[in-house]
Amino acid sequence: MQAPAASAWERAVLAVQLLAIDPAGLGGMHLRAPAGFARDALLGLLRDLLPADAPWRRVPLQIADERLLGGLDLAATLKAGRPVAERGVLAEVDGGVAVFAMAERLAPETAARVVAVLDRGEVVLARDGLSAVTPTRLAAIALDEAVEADERLPAAFGERLAFFADLAAVRHGEIGASSIDRDAIAAARASLAQIEIAPEMQAAICGTALALGIGSSRADLMALRAARASAALFGRAEVAGDDVSVACALVMAHRATQVPAPPAEAEQEEPPPPQEPEQGDDAEPPTDSATPDKPLDDMVLEAAAAAIPPDLLARLKVAKALGGGAASAGKSGALQKSGKRGRPAGVFRGLPGQRNARLNLVATLRAAAPWQRIRAAASAAAAPRVRVLSEDFRVTRFKQRRETTTIFAIDASGSAALHRLAETKGAVELLLADCYVRRDRVSVIAFRAGRAELVLPPTRSLVRAKRALAGLPGGGGTPLATGMDTARELAEAIRRQGGTPTLVLLTDGRANVTRAGIGGRESAEADALDAARRIRATALRVLLVDTGPRPTPLAQTLSTAMGAVYLALPRADAAALNRVVRSSFA
Amino acid sequence: MSVAFPFSAIVGQDELKLALTVAAIDPGIGGLLVFGDRGTGKSTAVRALAALLPKMRAVEGCPYSCDPDGDLAACPYCGTHKDARTRTRPAAVPVVDLPLGATEDRVVGALDLERALTRGEKAFEPGLLARANRGFLYIDEVNLLEDHLVDLLIDVAASGENVVEREGLSVRHPARFSLIGSGNPEEGELRPQLLDRFGLSIEVKTPTDLETRIEVVKRRDLFERDRAAFVEKWKAADAKLRARIVAARKRLPAMEASDVALKRVAELCMKLGTDGLRGEITLIRAARALAALDGDAAVGDSHIRRLAPSVLRHRLRRNPLDDTGSSVRVERAIVEMFGA
Repeated sequence: MQAPAASAWERAVLAVQLLAIDPAGLGGMHLRAPAGFARDALLGLLRDLLPADAPWRRVPLQIADERLLGGLDLAATLKAGRPVAERGVLAEVDGGVAVFAMAERLAPETAARVVAVLDRGEVVLARDGLSAVTPTRLAAIALDEAVEADERLPAAFGERLAFFADLAAVRHGEIGASSIDRDAIAAARASLAQIEIAPEMQAAICGTALALGIGSSRADLMALRAARASAALFGRAEVAGDDVSVACALVMAHRATQVPAPPAEAEQEEPPPPQEPEQGDDAEPPTDSATPDKPLDDMVLEAAAAAIPPDLLARLKVAKALGGGAASAGKSGALQKSGKRGRPAGVFRGLPGQRNARLNLVATLRAAAPWQRIRAAASAAAAPRVRVLSEDFRVTRFKQRRETTTIFAIDASGSAALHRLAETKGAVELLLADCYVRRDRVSVIAFRAGRAELVLPPTRSLVRAKRALAGLPGGGGTPLATGMDTARELAEAIRRQGGTPTLVLLTDGRANVTRAGIGGRESAEADALDAARRIRATALRVLLVDTGPRPTPLAQTLSTAMGAVYLALPRADAAALNRVVRSSFA
Repeated sequence: MSVAFPFSAIVGQDELKLALTVAAIDPGIGGLLVFGDRGTGKSTAVRALAALLPKMRAVEGCPYSCDPDGDLAACPYCGTHKDARTRTRPAAVPVVDLPLGATEDRVVGALDLERALTRGEKAFEPGLLARANRGFLYIDEVNLLEDHLVDLLIDVAASGENVVEREGLSVRHPARFSLIGSGNPEEGELRPQLLDRFGLSIEVKTPTDLETRIEVVKRRDLFERDRAAFVEKWKAADAKLRARIVAARKRLPAMEASDVALKRVAELCMKLGTDGLRGEITLIRAARALAALDGDAAVGDSHIRRLAPSVLRHRLRRNPLDDTGSSVRVERAIVEMFGA
């Protein structure tokens, strides 16, 4: 077989050849590499292998919808005095390749628009008074220079691109002068439609996907197309086992969510369950294969497994630890609307100044453009160059990273007051300053004497926070459960508004007032434990600072029940507390 | 418009297919939301729906495809044309795509620029909401839809009327459509108000058995290699399903939901603590449509059972202490009520 486990560069070159044979079918490539020689060489190779007239466009990161999808052509509209449509970049690149620079920072919304076009093979435009459907078949190259863990190509985008290549480790010497025959690629492209594929080959592809724990059927389809392109490349009329191996290695390795069991042990302990029995019935073993003693699936799996990046599982673990599942939006996904800052998030009709929106001059001119002839006719006065009326005004709204709100739930009961309320206050003050620097919002809840009180609603005002804290009285019983419930409710409210809440609970864990406001240590502690479990269910980030004179098992139990980071504070100063809080939420 | 994958050729995804069929029988159920993993054929199934829908009669020339036998007074076109009821045409039930990146003027409609500029007429050019009247409005990646469009949809979907006040125009026209949304829950959650506008909600999962997977790939491959031939091959199956939908629609008005069935539904909803009455009403409606599809005489337990998860799973209150999914909770309640 063609040694699919060759170097990263050789794999990438092979992928590029297949992509050049069936660009639209394979969707494109996710190319992780720093800007530099290797990346340029690969892109150059692809461009070289495509038909000479295939369009090739670079799409900047912050591209606006009217350029991406199309819209009103401002200059032409002003000139003609009637609406003139302009094609977007995606429609212009029909039959060619769109290169997305810095795709790891692409907004999910922008990615979704590209994805819709890749899926449908047409641009559906409904903008600026224009409606059009333009057939658009293209391949996308997502250039990814990600360094930090939270920079990642939007998953929906990566899913549509058949190949992934990581050129970070490719050394200069590996990149030889390519001896790929352009004519051979062109011939392969022409013969693609005639390539047959046998049912057992399809079964091998699907079996490999299952064994690698790949959920999406799109991977199977991509691999099928890649196998076909590979067969065309090597001049075969039918897809062979080698083509399937190559295709699975190139398409599936980076999508794997589990590493298949080693073949030898798999035979003995748990054979990859579904595929073996049916295989025997309708598919005779591939007799012409180079390794006749191995069933096809195993061979394909081996090829794919060999191409799986070594740190895959480690990365998975990190992703899971970071919250996984529904909460995987992470830093880069957590965005919120804002009037003035951040990344543009849509253009609206409205007056500048309203809701802090900013005038979008180009969109305003675009709105005014079609009307110029009529407006000129309507007023006899000497004409300004462009007549803009208030109804033309368009404003831009922006999105920015979601802000963090730190909720301090402070035990201000008699026991706490006795010990360290003053110290706690000092620590919170320090944290406030820190939150201010990070533009976080803070909120303070105090619970004492049978009730919990929102002393300070979420604010960014340092002065107000300090004042609220200074005036915080201590003393009375400890309604711990009520305090925790209040904090949780506030956190949930913040989350609903699009913020990211974190909770710092400062208590010694000694509850003595129940939710119902009745005294009694035992039932109060049971209530507190229940409140802790509820907090855990919300998956909040919580830090529990034990403010008792010495670490208490009570507070520790509470912390475990909440899934919190526990911090005992034996006579620490406020600055030390601040350091701890910062590092545990960093 | 490119050729859509035939509905009957979709492998598996039975719950989704059933929900789409039921929504096609009774649009009053209020559309559906499809959430699930990538690459499970969500949008393929929705786009296949159009071919299943039987033709309807519409007023000739009316941009909102009004029903000639319906209330025409609310329509700006039919209300001003006296002969509207007599001039009719057969029309396909619209399944309108709301593409991401659509601007508000194309969604609600706006002044017709061409006519205004070339002939100096102030005319309203209907938007996507007008085209979707009496049909379906489909939003792929619904959780990525811009907020201001979501606000607009929530309002129109509830009132069935689109009110346009812009560029010196003042137009109100009927816009009764079923919303169909699809998306991946990882991309973000839906606002509760929008969630409530969907009659049914479906969770699609990746098929995990090899045979299904092979069949998915096989059919898709055949489709892509020769679309026309593939569609032709499945035409008969689609036609058969369409005929069943037509027959079910005929039976629907006479379909009874007995007091027993009503009580069952109410009990189930109370047990699950669903908010408001909408869940109950929708479940009854959906069960009637299913009974009509099956050709049964009356709504029975089996109909309620099959549709309860789709109707109720997005209407449950979240219980912070219970991290089991809504689907599991509905299933559990069903088993408790109807037996395993």
